[in-house]
Amino acid sequence: MKDTEIKRLLAAHIFCIFSIILTTVVPSLFLENFSILGTHLTWLCICSACVASVNIILYIILKPNPSSKRSSLAQKATRFLKCCVYFFVSCLLFHGIIVLYGAPLIESVLETFLFAVLLSTFTTLHCLCMLGPNIQAWIRVFSKNGALSIWDNSLQITTVCSIVGAWLGAFPIPLDWERPWQVWPISCSLGATFGYVAGLIIAPLWIYWNRKQLTYKSR
Amino acid sequence: MRLRSGVFASCCLLVEALGVGLFLRGFFPLPVKSLPRRGARGDRPPEPPPPVSSNWTKIPAPLFKKIVIVLIDALRDDFVFGSKGRQFMPYTTELVERGTSHSFIAEAKAPTVTMPRIKALMTGSIPGFIDVIMNLNSPALLDDNLIWQAKTAGKRIIFYGDDTWVKLFPKHFVEYDGTSSFFVSDFKEVDDNVTRHLDTVLKREDWDILILHYLGLDHIGHLTGPNSPLVGPKLNEMDNIIKKIHTSLLSKEGELSLPDLLVICGDHGMSETGSHGGSSLEEVHTPLLLISSAFDRKSGPLKSLVLVQQTDLAVTLAIGLGLPISRNSIGNLILPVIEAKTMREQLRFLHLNGFQLSQLLQENVPAYEKDSGFEHFKIAEKSHGNWIKLYLEGNNSEVLINLGKKVLKQYLEALRILSSSLSKQVAQYDIYSMMVGTVIVLEVVLLLLLSIPKALSSGAEFEVPLSPPLCSLLFYLMCLMLCAVHVVVCTSAESLCYFCSISWLSALGVMMLISALFCIILSALGKMCTYPKVPAKNPAVSNSNWLELDVLIVAGTIGHVSSLCASSFIEEEHQTWYFLVNTLCLALCQEMCRHYFLVKECDLHQSSSTVKKSFEEVKEMAHYKNDSVDIPECDLKLGKIAPSAEILKGSEKWIGLASPWFILIFCRLLRSLNQTGVQWAHRPDFGHWLTSSDHQAELSILAAISLAMIFILVQRRCSLVSKIAMALGLLGVYSYRAAIGNVAFPWQQDSKDISKGIIEARFVYVFVLGIIFTGTKDLLKSQVISTDSSTKCLGLWDVYGGLVLLAALLFRPHNLPVLVFCLMIQAMITKYIWKPLNFDAAQITIMHYWFGQAFFYFQGNSNSIATVDISAGFVGLDNYVEIPAIFLTGFVTYTGPLLWAVHLLCYLSSEVSRNSAAVGHGCFCYALICSIPVAAYIVLVTGLRYHLFIWSVFSPKLLYDGVHVFITAGVCLFFTAMDQNHSRKIQD
Repeated sequence: MKDTEIKRLLAAHIFCIFSIILTTVVPSLFLENFSILGTHLTWLCICSACVASVNIILYIILKPNPSSKRSSLAQKATRFLKCCVYFFVSCLLFHGIIVLYGAPLIESVLETFLFAVLLSTFTTLHCLCMLGPNIQAWIRVFSKNGALSIWDNSLQITTVCSIVGAWLGAFPIPLDWERPWQVWPISCSLGATFGYVAGLIIAPLWIYWNRKQLTYKSR
Repeated sequence: MRLRSGVFASCCLLVEALGVGLFLRGFFPLPVKSLPRRGARGDRPPEPPPPVSSNWTKIPAPLFKKIVIVLIDALRDDFVFGSKGRQFMPYTTELVERGTSHSFIAEAKAPTVTMPRIKALMTGSIPGFIDVIMNLNSPALLDDNLIWQAKTAGKRIIFYGDDTWVKLFPKHFVEYDGTSSFFVSDFKEVDDNVTRHLDTVLKREDWDILILHYLGLDHIGHLTGPNSPLVGPKLNEMDNIIKKIHTSLLSKEGELSLPDLLVICGDHGMSETGSHGGSSLEEVHTPLLLISSAFDRKSGPLKSLVLVQQTDLAVTLAIGLGLPISRNSIGNLILPVIEAKTMREQLRFLHLNGFQLSQLLQENVPAYEKDSGFEHFKIAEKSHGNWIKLYLEGNNSEVLINLGKKVLKQYLEALRILSSSLSKQVAQYDIYSMMVGTVIVLEVVLLLLLSIPKALSSGAEFEVPLSPPLCSLLFYLMCLMLCAVHVVVCTSAESLCYFCSISWLSALGVMMLISALFCIILSALGKMCTYPKVPAKNPAVSNSNWLELDVLIVAGTIGHVSSLCASSFIEEEHQTWYFLVNTLCLALCQEMCRHYFLVKECDLHQSSSTVKKSFEEVKEMAHYKNDSVDIPECDLKLGKIAPSAEILKGSEKWIGLASPWFILIFCRLLRSLNQTGVQWAHRPDFGHWLTSSDHQAELSILAAISLAMIFILVQRRCSLVSKIAMALGLLGVYSYRAAIGNVAFPWQQDSKDISKGIIEARFVYVFVLGIIFTGTKDLLKSQVISTDSSTKCLGLWDVYGGLVLLAALLFRPHNLPVLVFCLMIQAMITKYIWKPLNFDAAQITIMHYWFGQAFFYFQGNSNSIATVDISAGFVGLDNYVEIPAIFLTGFVTYTGPLLWAVHLLCYLSSEVSRNSAAVGHGCFCYALICSIPVAAYIVLVTGLRYHLFIWSVFSPKLLYDGVHVFITAGVCLFFTAMDQNHSRKIQD
C-alpha cells in the first residue's frame, strides 16, 4: 500500500516540477520579450497561477486526505471561501515578514507582494489543499512527529525547502556584482522556486529511504 | 591545574588579545623607512653629464615668488567643477574656464582623513594606514617635507586654520592661528577665525608662503551631508575669499618680479552621507586648481580634467619654489606648470624629480637595478646627456626640439613607473610578526573549541593539563626550535620587523607561550582520543535532539564567518546581522508557539507539578509525550481547555507570542534610522531627516520622549539613589544637547549662542560616576559581606544604568531611540521569552551577542573608519585630552555590544539560583563566539593582503575587530570578577 502511495506522490511531484519548467518556456511562445529576468513580474504571476492550478487539480484527482463524511454544497462553499481568506492573509503575512526583513516599505510594493504571493503558493496553498482550512491540523503537521501520512511528510519537506530557498536567495543581494538577477526580488523568488523544486524531488526520495522508520498512527 | 570556565576564558582572551595586538602591529607597520632630513643645500645632482661639462650644477631658480595655498577641507571635485561650482563659485568657475589657471582632479589615497592627507600633500609620500589612529593625536612630522625645506631655505611661512598643521609643523610658521576642528557643530566661527587675518596679511610683504585651511565645509558635511542648503553659501564664501586673494596677488605683481601662485585644493572629498575616510570616488576625488599669471590663459569651458595624484603637489611646489624635493616623495612633477619654460629647464626639472625617485627606490628596494622604472630613467638620463651635448654645441634646429620632446616623454614614462613601483613599496607587511600573532590566536581558539564539552558541563570546571612529563620534553624542543627560527629570521630579515626589535626576554616569553599552548592542545586532543566515550555518557551531551534554534545559531555563526571572505559582505556586514537577528526572532516565535500550543497542552494532560524544569527535560518530555499520546485526542482537548485557562496566564501567553513580532518591528524601525554600509548608504533615512536643520523641533520632541522612556525603562530595577541621579542626569543630557544647539528648549525659541556645553556635560558625568559608584559599592558589599544575591543584582543594575546614562549623553540626539529600543527589547526578551522558554546560558549568550552586533550597526556604525563619531570624545572637555577622548570614542562606538554584554551579566547573575554555573558558561561562550570570527578573519586577511581592497575594506574591519577583542577581554574579566564572588559563596 505504501509503495503505491509513494508512487502516486512521485507522480504528483513530477507533474508539479514539469509545470514549473513549462512556465519558464511556454510563455515566450505567446508573449514577446518574455524572459524570467527581464519580465520577472509576469513570470511571477504566471508561475504562481500555474503552480496553484496544478496543485488544485492534483488535489481533486488524488484526494490525499479523503474525509470520511460527505459535506453539503454550502459547507464546501464556506470551506472554499475560508481557503481564499487564509490564502490572502498568508500573502499579507509573508509581505509583512519580507518588509520586516528589510524590503523597502513603499517603493517596489508590487514586487514584494508578488513575491509574497509566490511564497504563499508554494507553502500555504499546498497546505490548504492537503489539510484544508484547519489550523489545528496545521499545527499538528508542523510540530515534531506530527505527520500522519507520507503526504504530510512531503508537505513538511516542500514547505521548509521553499522557505529556506527564499532565505538563502537573499544572500547574493549585497554582493556588488551588478548582475541582473541580483535585483529585488529576483534572487529570492528564484531561490524559493529552486527550493520548492528541490523539496518536490527530495520528499519522495527521503520517504522512500526512510520507509521502514516511518510509522504513522491511524486516525 | 583546575580552572573554572570563566577564569579559563578570560585567560584565553587575554592571550588572544596579545596575539591580535602582535598581528596588528605587523599588519600596520609604522612608516617603513623615513629617510633622515637633508640640508637645503644637499647633494643636488648636476645635469646629466654630457661629454662636455655642463654649466648647470646649481639649484634651478624658483618659478614663483609667493605661494598661497587655500586648502578647503572636504572640497569634493564637483563642488568646483560641477553644477554646484557653477552656481555658487562664479569667480572660480570663471578662472577655471577663462583664467590663467590649470585645473586637475587630485586623487587622494585610502584613509581619507585630514592628517594623513596633509602629510601626503606636504611630504609627497603615502602615509601608512596607522596614521588614521594617530590622527587625533598628531605628533610633529619628522620626515623630510616641503614646509621644513622652505623654512630651512629661509622662507617665511604664515598659517591660519586647522591646528593639526601647527602640531605637525611646530615652530615652522613665523605666524599662525590654529582653530580646533573638533566642534563639528560650529561651521561659521572656524572659518571666520581664518578669514579675519586675510586683509592685513595680504597687504604685507613679509611672507613667502601663506597657507589657509578652511574647516567649515567639512563640518557642514559631517552635520548635514553634501546636499544640505548650507553647502551653497559656504562655497560662495570660499569663492569670495579666492577672489579677494587673487585680485590682491594680481595687484601686487610687478612687471619684473616673478609671478605668484595660488593653489586651491581639498584634502579629501565627501561621501553622499557627508562623512569621509573610505575610498569611494566622492571621497577620493578632490579638485586641484593652480592659478598664476605665468600660465597661459584658458579659452572656453574645460573639456576633460586630468587626473593627478595628491602626492604630486609636494614636488611641484618644491620645484616652483626652487627647493629640494622631499626625500620620501613619490610624486611626479605636474608638467603643465613648467610648460612655459624652455626645453632645457623642463628637462632639468624632470631629471631632478627622476633622480630623487630613483634614489628613494635604491634605498628601499635591494634589487633596484632590475626595476623597469629605474632602467627607463637611466635610458632617459643618457639621452638627456646627448641632448645637452647637442644643445651646448649650439644646435637650435627643429631636430633638437623634437629630440627634446622625445626625452621628455622618456622621462615622464620613467617617472610614472618609478612612482607606481614605489607606492607598491608602501604596503610592506611584517610577515613574521603577523605569523606569530596568527599562531597565538589560532592556538587559543583551538583550545577554546576543544574545551567546549568540559567547560559547558554543569560543574563549569575543568582540568588544564599543565605538567605532564611528555609535554615538557616536547615543550623544550619546541622552544628551542622556535628560538632557532627566530634567530634565523631576524638575522636574515632585510626589512624592519617588529617582533625582532622587541627585547630578547619578551620574545622568549612569547615563544614559550606558543609552545605551552601547543602542548596543552596536544594533550587535550590526546585525552579526547583516549577517552572518547566519556562525554557521550554525559546525559546532557547525549541529547542529540537539536532544536531549530541550535541549528540556526551554528549555521549563522558559520555563515557569518564565511561571509567575511567577500569584500561586499564586509562592507554590508550590517545586512548579515540584521538578517540573522530577524531569523532568530522568527525562530523564537516558533519556539513560543511550540511552547504555548504543544508543550503546555501535554503538560496539562499529564498534570505535571514540576515548575522548574531544566530545558532538556522539557524538550525530552515534549518529545516523549508526542510519541505516546494520541495526538488527535490532544487536539480535541485544546479547544476545551483553552477557555478555562487563567486570564493572567492567557494575557502573558499572548504578549509572549506577540513579543518576537514587536522585536522584529523595532528592528525594522531601527534599520531605517541609520542607513550604513556602502551600497545603500545614500538612501534617505530618518537620521538624516531628523538632523537636517528644518526638523529641529521634531528632533527635540523625539529626544525628550526618548530620554523619558529611558528613565522609565531603567528605573525599574535601580536603587532609589540611582533613580534620582538618573532623572537628574537625563535632564542634564537634554540641557547639554540644547546648549550645543542640537535640540531646542520650547521656551527659548531663537537663542543663537551656541556654547560647548561643558558645564552641562560635566554635570551629567558627575551623575554617571555617582551611579556607577553606588553600583560598585553594592557589588563590593555583596563580595565582602556575602549577603544574598539581590544586593549583587542591584549593584549590577546600577552599573548598567550608569552606562546607559553615559551612552545617552554621548549619543547624537537622533540616535537616542536606538538606546530606547535596546532597553525595550532587553526588557521584553527577558520577561516574555527567556523566562518561559528556559534556554540554557550558552544559547542566551549567543543570542545576546547577535543582538549586540546588530545594535553596533543600528547605531550607525559600519566597517569603515568614516562612521566613527569622533565628536563624542570631546563632550565636556575644553580641548583634546588624549585618554578620556579615546575612552569616550571607544565607548560610544561599541555601546551596542557593551550594553548587551552587561545586560547578559545582569540576567545570568539573576538566574544563578536556577543554574549555579550560568555566569561561567556565559563568559566562556561569549569569549568563544567573539574569538572565532576574529581568528578566521586574521587568517583571511593574511591570505588577502594583496587584495585590491585591502586598505579600503579589509583593514578598517580588522581594526574594528581588534578593538572588539580588547573590549571583549575587558568584559570577560568583569564577568569573571562577578563569578569569583559567587563561587566563593558556594564554597562557604
